[in-house]
Amino acid sequence: MRRLLLRDLALAFRAGGGGLTGLLFFLAVVAIVPFGIGPDVKLLARIGPAILWIGALLAALLGLDRLFQAEREDGTLDLLMMQETPLSLIVLVKCMAHWVSSGLILALSVPVFGLLLNLGPLAIGATMLTLFVGTPALTLIGAGAAAVTVALPRGGLLVSVLVLPLAIPVLIFGVSATQAAIEAPAAFLTPFLILIALNLLFAVLGPLAAATALRSLED
Amino acid sequence: MSDTSLTIRRFADLANPTRFLALSARLLPWICWLTAALFGLGLFYALTSAGDYQQGETVRIMYVHVPSAWLAMMTYMVMTLSALGTLVWRHPLADVSARAAMPIGAAFTALALVTGSLWGKPMWGAWWVWDARLTSFFILFLMYLGLIALNRALEDPTRAARLSAILILLGFINIPIIKFSVDWWNTLHQPASVLRMGGSAIDGEFLRPLLLMAGAFTCLFLALHLGAMRNEILRRRVAALRRQAARGALTAGGPA
Amino acid sequence: MSLDAPHIGFVLASYGAALAIILGLILWVLLDGRARRAEIRALEAAGIRRRSDRPVDDARAAGPAP
Repeated sequence: MRRLLLRDLALAFRAGGGGLTGLLFFLAVVAIVPFGIGPDVKLLARIGPAILWIGALLAALLGLDRLFQAEREDGTLDLLMMQETPLSLIVLVKCMAHWVSSGLILALSVPVFGLLLNLGPLAIGATMLTLFVGTPALTLIGAGAAAVTVALPRGGLLVSVLVLPLAIPVLIFGVSATQAAIEAPAAFLTPFLILIALNLLFAVLGPLAAATALRSLED
Repeated sequence: MSDTSLTIRRFADLANPTRFLALSARLLPWICWLTAALFGLGLFYALTSAGDYQQGETVRIMYVHVPSAWLAMMTYMVMTLSALGTLVWRHPLADVSARAAMPIGAAFTALALVTGSLWGKPMWGAWWVWDARLTSFFILFLMYLGLIALNRALEDPTRAARLSAILILLGFINIPIIKFSVDWWNTLHQPASVLRMGGSAIDGEFLRPLLLMAGAFTCLFLALHLGAMRNEILRRRVAALRRQAARGALTAGGPA
Repeated sequence: MSLDAPHIGFVLASYGAALAIILGLILWVLLDGRARRAEIRALEAAGIRRRSDRPVDDARAAGPAP
């Protein structure tokens, strides 16, 4: 298990891996928004957390289609499926590796990007916290979709189409928790707890669905 | 033989596509007539009942909007049951049913969104508001489209059935969100008023056409679903025959 | 129902949309079924039929099992 985690992490961060590309993509999204809506500093500060969340969602989608595909092409997936450890557990570990190389890095890099968007320290902290809690759910949902589309030649596009509707609740509660933390009267804990609940729900559903989908490819 | 084992055998008999085709051919005309009759009656009441004192004539949009929204969710439930049938019992008709329901569900969802928009403009002053019910319904629409896209991308029907079944079950969490969104989040969309504790909040004047139209839409769904399932079975039969023909041509060294 | 009430256009538009979508669905099912049946007939005319089918077939359905 730990080997698998380390292996996936090494793959992600090696040259050509998806981890740093995701970060660059995140930077590109954040940089492009001010061009689209104009350099209004107040407006940017207000919608900044939402921009960061959308950027994180898109960046997390970026590497998802390769989650199982490379393994399937070189046959590692068959080996993983023959293991005694349940396949859903293996999927969970792979998700963790993917999350560390995408969601965690994005959450950690929020202070830098937050300055670009004129966010205050409180907003930066809130966005970091919600991203830290919310992005695993994105990866876990994505794992299910990635497993479903692994056999398709152009699965990458379809993964995004399938993930987005399921990811919208995560996005809604992530952004609303962040906004609630910034604007004093709104309750922060409610959306934050729902975010955690979604996370746990998908931690169960995502790997199970992915494992079932991968198994069904066999026969 | 006990009663339950008899029903189980009946259910298993239905698994034979040929028998299903024969049975549905007998059933379909009746359902079509019932649909037409219910629509006639429902439309009569929908167009002649009194207008609402607050909403005026626009209340009549409800008789189309609410049933199509119900049907959009019911179609997803049918698909969920079919997905369970595919994954758990490997019932051969379950994936046919799920696949046949997808376009119908997408169409009903689209209808609910369009009529809701047409209702929202005069009542709320906007074509679209991002409130919880509307957003979650929009997600349902996206789910339908994603499922259709997945099914179009996959060639092999059994694999497509298995994978879309998994996705259907994942997407099912959206259904309770839609149902209770108006209760959890206090938003613009009015809360459920027909089915609720302590009786309906709607006057009989509006309830009668609403329920008739809901019945008509349900029968319409049944008819369409049965028809689409028959088509799907025939489509697979054609594919099988083509394969068989190709095999025959290969072994015989050319077409006969 | 009076036709000069305010917002009557919205009511008519929504009933029209419902009619269009429902008719579209019905047409889709009918035309799809017709096309599939034509395909089966064409295959049968070419002498390809299911192993379980009798040679003479009911033209409406795909044919009952023996």
